[in-house]
Amino acid sequence: MTTTIFIARDSTAIAVGADGIAAQISAQCDQNQHPVQIARPGSRGMYWAEPLVEVEINGVRHGFGPVTSDAVAGLCDLICPLDRAPIDPKVFKQHPLYLGDLSHHAYLAAQQRLLFARAGLIDALDLTQYERLGGLRGLRRALASNSQSIIDQITESGLRGRGGAAFPAGIKLKAAAEAEGVNKYIVCNADEGDSGTFADRLLMEADPFQIIEGMLIAALATGATRGYVYLRSEYPLTASLFGQALVLAREHGLLGPSIYGSSHSFDIELRIGAGAYICGEETSLLESIEGRRPEVRSKPPLPVHHGLFNSPTVINNVLTLASMTSIMAEGAQAYHDLGAGTSRGTQPFQLAGNIRFGGVVEVPFGVSLRTLIEEFGGGTASGRPIKAVQTGGPLGKYLGVRQLDVPMTYEDLASAGGLLGHGGIVVFDDSVDMAQQARFAMAFCAAESCGKCTPCRIGSVRGVEILDRIKTGKNLEKEIKLLDELCVTMTDASLCAMGSMTPNPVLSALTIGPEDFGLPAGSRHPTES
Amino acid sequence: MTTINIDGSDYEVAAGENLLKAALSHHQDLPYFCWHPSLGSVGACRQCAVVQYQNPEDTRGRLVMACMTPVVDGMRVSVKAPNAVGFRAGVIEWLMENHPHDCPVCEEGGECHLQDMTVMTGHTSRRYRGQKRTFENQYLGPFLNHEMNRCITCYRCVRYYRDYAGGTDLQALGSRDRMYFGRFEDGVLDNIFAGNLVEVCPTGVFTDKPFSRTYTRKWDLQSAPSVCQGCSAGCNIFASERYGKLKRVHNRYHKDINGYFLCDRGRFGSSFVNSDLRLRQAGVRIEADLFQQVSIEAATQHLRDLADSGDVVGIGSPRASLEDNFALMSLVGEANFSCGMNDVEAAMMDQIFDLYAKTPDAVATITALERADVTLVFGDDPMNAAPRVALAIRQAARNVHFDMAVQAGVPTWQDAGVRGHAQHALSPLYIATPLPTGLDDVARQTSHAAPADLAVLGLQIADQIASPPSDDAEGFVANIARDLLAAQHPTCVCGTASAEPAVMQAFAAIITALIKAGRKPQMLCTSAEVNSFGVRRFAGLSLQGALDRMQQGSNAMVLQNDLYRREIPAMVSAALAGAGRVLVLDSFETATANAADIVLPVTTYAEHTGTVVNCEGRAQRAYQVFEAEGQDIQPAWRWLSDFEHIDDVLHACAALPAFEGLEAVSPEAGYRTATNSRVPRATHRFSGRTAATAHVSVHEPKTSVDTDTPFSFSMEGENTGQAGALIPYVWSPGWNSNQSLFKFQQEVGGSLTGGEPGVRLGFAPSKSSADGSASSRTKPATGEVNLIPHPQTFGSDELSSLVGAIVERCAPPTLWLNPDDARALGLSSRDGATWPDAKTTYLVQLSDQVTPGNALASVGVGTGQSVLPRDAVTLIKDSAFTPPPDLIARG
Ligand SMILES: Cc1cc2nc3c(=O)[nH]c(=O)nc-3n(C[C@H](O)[C@H](O)[C@H](O)COP(=O)(O)O)c2cc1C
Ligand code: SF4
Ligand code: SF4
Ligand code: SF4
Ligand code: FES
Repeated sequence: MTTTIFIARDSTAIAVGADGIAAQISAQCDQNQHPVQIARPGSRGMYWAEPLVEVEINGVRHGFGPVTSDAVAGLCDLICPLDRAPIDPKVFKQHPLYLGDLSHHAYLAAQQRLLFARAGLIDALDLTQYERLGGLRGLRRALASNSQSIIDQITESGLRGRGGAAFPAGIKLKAAAEAEGVNKYIVCNADEGDSGTFADRLLMEADPFQIIEGMLIAALATGATRGYVYLRSEYPLTASLFGQALVLAREHGLLGPSIYGSSHSFDIELRIGAGAYICGEETSLLESIEGRRPEVRSKPPLPVHHGLFNSPTVINNVLTLASMTSIMAEGAQAYHDLGAGTSRGTQPFQLAGNIRFGGVVEVPFGVSLRTLIEEFGGGTASGRPIKAVQTGGPLGKYLGVRQLDVPMTYEDLASAGGLLGHGGIVVFDDSVDMAQQARFAMAFCAAESCGKCTPCRIGSVRGVEILDRIKTGKNLEKEIKLLDELCVTMTDASLCAMGSMTPNPVLSALTIGPEDFGLPAGSRHPTES
Repeated sequence: MTTINIDGSDYEVAAGENLLKAALSHHQDLPYFCWHPSLGSVGACRQCAVVQYQNPEDTRGRLVMACMTPVVDGMRVSVKAPNAVGFRAGVIEWLMENHPHDCPVCEEGGECHLQDMTVMTGHTSRRYRGQKRTFENQYLGPFLNHEMNRCITCYRCVRYYRDYAGGTDLQALGSRDRMYFGRFEDGVLDNIFAGNLVEVCPTGVFTDKPFSRTYTRKWDLQSAPSVCQGCSAGCNIFASERYGKLKRVHNRYHKDINGYFLCDRGRFGSSFVNSDLRLRQAGVRIEADLFQQVSIEAATQHLRDLADSGDVVGIGSPRASLEDNFALMSLVGEANFSCGMNDVEAAMMDQIFDLYAKTPDAVATITALERADVTLVFGDDPMNAAPRVALAIRQAARNVHFDMAVQAGVPTWQDAGVRGHAQHALSPLYIATPLPTGLDDVARQTSHAAPADLAVLGLQIADQIASPPSDDAEGFVANIARDLLAAQHPTCVCGTASAEPAVMQAFAAIITALIKAGRKPQMLCTSAEVNSFGVRRFAGLSLQGALDRMQQGSNAMVLQNDLYRREIPAMVSAALAGAGRVLVLDSFETATANAADIVLPVTTYAEHTGTVVNCEGRAQRAYQVFEAEGQDIQPAWRWLSDFEHIDDVLHACAALPAFEGLEAVSPEAGYRTATNSRVPRATHRFSGRTAATAHVSVHEPKTSVDTDTPFSFSMEGENTGQAGALIPYVWSPGWNSNQSLFKFQQEVGGSLTGGEPGVRLGFAPSKSSADGSASSRTKPATGEVNLIPHPQTFGSDELSSLVGAIVERCAPPTLWLNPDDARALGLSSRDGATWPDAKTTYLVQLSDQVTPGNALASVGVGTGQSVLPRDAVTLIKDSAFTPPPDLIARG
């Protein structure tokens, strides 16, 4: 009997050697004359365990990870023994990398996966497997109902945008549905520029049909006939996989002039991003799709009224659109039952930085930051105490250790001064130099500024210089005052969030680690930032 | 009207305006960079911050960008609040950090908006000690310098050049703190309105290249309000002099004509005054090509003798002022006077006069063209004939943007919002011309055909207007007719450049049909020269008639007119050879002057005061800027008449019925300001007055007293509060740059405080009624073509072609042929071709837009030769011709 071995075909897994491990195992199996099939699904998002090797025995997938190339020979003795000797899962336990039956692994079992329910389990490009594990149910329901009831479902579910601004998804759909226009567009924002985030990419590589299905639901709700996926240029593997998924979807009648034989037509074009952080801002993104410099558009008009090619456009993050599939499949109430306050449903948090168990943790809103970092993440990778956590991407504030108990909802995090954003969580231990982090924030802005408005374009460059001078310790008081002034100006007067939010990480770094700036510890009161 | 409160005082402002424009309209000092009255707001520079308060209790307020904030009734703002002041100082400090310490060597210095704003915000000391970003500059052609280090990234240049003027070869390149404004590689900036970048850029990145070669600070210039001599648009200019040379020309705002912008022919071509071909002494010919200098008295005697001879014709000129033409006409008598245009052009002018006289309400101003919702450009390309008119038409193509914006709730001044929203939408613009035009990129539909065929097309349009096409009728003619009928402001533009009266006839039919259909069309007809619309008001001989008389032995006086540019050379030569004595009054050596017996030097527009009439029928005064060098040079009217003052000539001229109302053109010499002062030509900072003429004599000369105008030749006087026609330059305390204009306006973009310069004259039907039937031109035999003149933006105009920078911009003499004809004639692209009496060889260009059987030849370029419509011309291939390098192929 052929043994199936699963090794993720996922950008992160490959980056840590998954392709090499797969080749090594394949060669070893040949040598052992053990018939194996190496399957390459997406990743389960347990990045700490990648390269993760799973072997399926009697329907149970046993995991080993992270597998190094030195470990392959020993592992193969267990999972593809010489001359077809029977495999005995009981001996797996003795292997130091053994993770057990993955479906019961605590990291996954403690999660409540809606978006990532299929991730790592199915072949990303197999529509049958997608459907077997619950895919397309939402679309079928949507096709059977009408625009208004889809919008009602999405609205009642409480779904909010996952791209950063957390705008209610139902309201956007409604506005676009009501807007007048011959053509309407659904744009999926897969530019994923926030530092420490990777959920969009992971989902697109592991379960691309879910995004297509989500876009179709949004199209049915609004009457849009064309979709664009704007994908970050640094994701070539994603582009290839998602592109293939689009071809398959067309072949299966999921996209095209008549969706599943209905009167609705919809097709999706994949666009590769222009490679700047600002391209992720929705109006710049539209400019970029239209072939122009990604400069922020002024609003009004809003994209829902006059967006892409001047037509009504719904622009949503990958996760927002994908969430629509389970809402339509399971009903708005089931989704609304999850979460807390006005943050409903689940959020895939992405644990990154100095963390032991980095990866995607999809849980309902309301979990505390501490639970995510300590219970899922296992604390810092270095084992040293945490000093700072940045949430919400490069423009989010640094939170200090005293703020770790904040419940992860949009409101609670906002009142703690933080940002939920795209759900990225980047952890730093006490060896971090907060002044260096502040400098990084300014340098990031200087590198990514579109160049349109003065405060961001020039202020960020000056910010880097001031922080460099602060490092020398000379004229400290004067330089800090200058930095404060600069941050006020950038906040008050930048044209878009890029420039106006850069002071967030800078000033919060100063609050958390004044000593790194040469100031006495505790000298900056949190309200100053 | 809306009431807003700025720093405790209430102001009435236009509802829906942005706060910056509203504040400037009340002459407040509020710094800004990226906003421009013609370009709207984008909120990029963040310089215009003010504090806005939410309610009466609010004491902290909130920083807002004035240019991005709509005024609302009862709104309370502060320009002077400390946080607004501090913020603006912070922004300027940032902008200045990268700015080089260039002011002493920068052409912008002394009239630099960045300097003004820096001083205004109180940024006086540099804290920054780091590196500045630097760039490499580009070669941008003969008109503009490029000094990118001075850039403050306000984006005005690209917004003007691309969005307003329709240029494509200037871009915002790069990103973040390395934004670069230039071309993709070195090369001539293509757009014929590029020169406005000199005034649009608030710093010294784009500066006037010819001016910077013999540079003078603004405060050392002597200036006067003048009128561009480049075409019949009559754009208002500030002309400035130093050391007896015309140094440069800046835009002089006129609400109804040129607004804030000129064309490059006007801006850079106006310095023909300095030409090496200037005539500075009177001379009498003693043998072929040899003149002997004579005294003023002797020259005057020659003139008198000729006048008294009893048989003299006077040939006037569309490039000379009304006063000069009037003096000649009075001297020789109306029956012996010709206005100096060739007969085809004169006939077309008469058609225009008839049309204008019949439908006076339909005669548009140039800026009114910008308000059209449907435009038809008919007969010739205004980019060549009267470029500024074309720039106005380009704006009309955008009108639908503003309608869309209003519907979407976007303020019309919110430039980024309006453009982002409207995208590629365009108001209908139809173009029917012999060749593709510079406006085709914004046209809905174009049709290119020979003038005679255009005339037929025009009559069809008129027919379809009279009996409207069905809604589903398609095609060029039906679309135009339908759209013109449906328009609020249907607007049609024509001109004399096609040299085909049938074109004008058809145009008149279109206008008449629209009026009959109950519509209120707007129209404008252009012609080639600055005073065509003035001089044609004098009745008299046709040019042909005058030349015939010369050939039969009459004496002749020719005023500022090179006859070789008007008529077939052989005919002109025959007339000059047959004439008795020929006296030429001109400012330049011309082919005609060289053939004269007596030549008298006359002043140019910059050295005398004169009145011209533009294509809207507006008489305008161009005031003397400086005194001509060379004692013998006088205004032509002084040579020709006994009038003492220019106002006397004007009064005499105004007594003619055709010039009713002309006295109102401008205040008279006796005008004084409220403080009983003259208006100074020099700025109050004018320096070196005692040394300026030291190379001639170390004794400081007494300043001349100007008896002809209200201006002084010095800094004495008052440049404020005067009549709108008498603004010699703009300056206001704290505002040294051209941006100070708003202090002279009632409101930004509105009327001048002292009223609009000039007066519009009425039109009377012409006496010579032109033949109305469309001339049918014979289909030429094989090996022959019908020749059609094709004027160019650069090179066809006589005066600007005297300027080196303009010559650099001229394309070689070119002949456009249909490929089928070329094949039949054995000619290919880039061959040389000529015809029997052509003075030069023309570069052959093939275009399937040329109607078969026709050849279009560029007028004047390089040769100064007339090209008149002629049937059945035999083209000859010039095998010795080497084509000039093909710039396009290389690009
Ligand atoms: C500087 C900047 C960068 C952004 N980058 C992204 C991005 O990479 N991905 C994304 O989904 N949203 C990004 N956004 C948010 C988008 O502007 C927009 O809010 C989002 O696409 C809307 O989708 P949602 O309603 O599903 O969140 C960014 C916003 C800003 C200001
Ligand atoms: S803040 Fe200004 S310069 Fe920065 S990215 Fe936004 S628009 Fe561009
Ligand atoms: S070149 Fe001049 S107009 Fe253009 S962005 Fe720079 S400063 Fe502004
Ligand atoms: S459009 Fe005519 S009048 Fe105006 S600047 Fe150009 S040449 Fe002069
Ligand atoms: S003038 Fe208002 S932001 Fe530039």
